[in-house]
Amino acid sequence: MPVHTFVTQLLPMKKEDVPQDDANILEGKFKVVKYAVNENGEYEKVPSVGWEPENVALEQAWDVVHEQVDEARKKVKAGTLSTLAYHMEVNMMDAALLGKHTGLSARAVKKHLEPAEFTQLDASTLQIYADALLLSVEELKKLPV
Amino acid sequence: MTKDITVPFDHQQSAHCETGVISNLMRFHGLRVSEPMAFGIGSGLFYSHMPFLKLNGIPVTTYRILPGHIFKRFSRNIGVEMKRMSFRDQDEAMRELDRVLDQGLPVGMLTSVFYLPYLPKAFRFHFNAHNIVVFGRKGDEYLVSDPVMDETTTIHRTALIRARFAKGTPDTKGRMYYPTVVPTGPDLKKAAAKGLRRVARDMATTPLPMFGAKGIPYLAGRLRKYETKLGNRRALLFLGNLIRMQEEIGTGGAGFRFMYAAFLQEAAALLEKPELREKAKEMTRIGDLWREFAFEAGRMVKGRAEAGSTFASMADKLDVIGKAEQMFFKDLMRISK
Repeated sequence: MPVHTFVTQLLPMKKEDVPQDDANILEGKFKVVKYAVNENGEYEKVPSVGWEPENVALEQAWDVVHEQVDEARKKVKAGTLSTLAYHMEVNMMDAALLGKHTGLSARAVKKHLEPAEFTQLDASTLQIYADALLLSVEELKKLPV
Repeated sequence: MTKDITVPFDHQQSAHCETGVISNLMRFHGLRVSEPMAFGIGSGLFYSHMPFLKLNGIPVTTYRILPGHIFKRFSRNIGVEMKRMSFRDQDEAMRELDRVLDQGLPVGMLTSVFYLPYLPKAFRFHFNAHNIVVFGRKGDEYLVSDPVMDETTTIHRTALIRARFAKGTPDTKGRMYYPTVVPTGPDLKKAAAKGLRRVARDMATTPLPMFGAKGIPYLAGRLRKYETKLGNRRALLFLGNLIRMQEEIGTGGAGFRFMYAAFLQEAAALLEKPELREKAKEMTRIGDLWREFAFEAGRMVKGRAEAGSTFASMADKLDVIGKAEQMFFKDLMRISK
């Protein structure tokens, strides 16, 4: 199959064609740089605020994170998981990664995701978790409103 | 207390962190190489789809060589000597950083974007291979040149420690580096020719099916079966991940293909090989094909695909791109000999 057969809507990466689809992903903080050709056919750096497909894919990835956080929140409310589980999801960690950040085994972390185990943790273990999750111990013990 | 220090560091925004750090650090040490030239000399372009290697349950697809290796190959090809360090102890890592800053030297380091508060929230996943340069210190704030940003910024010492000691894939381990020897008047021609040959060879001839240009039709074969194997939701998640790896911040567009085309243009002039200018045009067309793939994939992810767009038709597109890249790099091998 020759290269050209499916190219119905070529998106020539000319300087003026560098997409500027702003989904506020950069929060107005800065523009990223893409490489594109100018009117003389020379490549140069061109600032961009984003491109629709990138924005869509990034939103999709965040949707997955948010779903997992919501799921954890529901389970905490239902009393089947500890608040640690919720904050772990907010930090986009699993038990293994949280274990690495705390020096605890993944198995120990999994145990502490159970409400009955979590309530029995001593102050120093709570502090270790709080530090790893960028929280105070008080925040760790609660769901944010 | 340590005193404040600002190293006079000229920050230039780049598309990609590693090549941006190379270009900026080299300029500080008196060697001018553009970001695309750093990418080309460091033979950064590659392709692989590795179903056995997963991040967050999604197979890894990459358009470049391993993190850190562009810098290594660049240094080898130019004759730059680097001091590289990693640490167990956080205080020691910060003491060493302070010590090198006090000598008036900017320091490159590995960080996790999740722990860089100055970056927009949407980028902050657990990506532990982000390169930045620290070039000074004011009280508890460190001065940062993050290559993907337009201006320099600052980060609090506590946050920097966290970013330098993130766990995951990989553990960042306080890794830092700075050039100790940067040659004056190195043979850029030779270095660029070497970088060119390496990419051409690796893309055209790496034997395993998932690596090099033929990794693209390899992914096509798998993509074709995604929906039946994974179900629609996960299949779309895998597809979305392809877009992110290809287009997200750091690639300069089309999975580094445009940055590589920019290198080919520069190399054409440097090596006085006009046929490389033609190859640059060809690479631009290939980049456009990648972008068209991402465009259509984005519509599928959003549930707004054209009637004819299916995983099979997306796989067809990849097959075309794969053939184009296979031909391209075989030809580049011939030219670069």
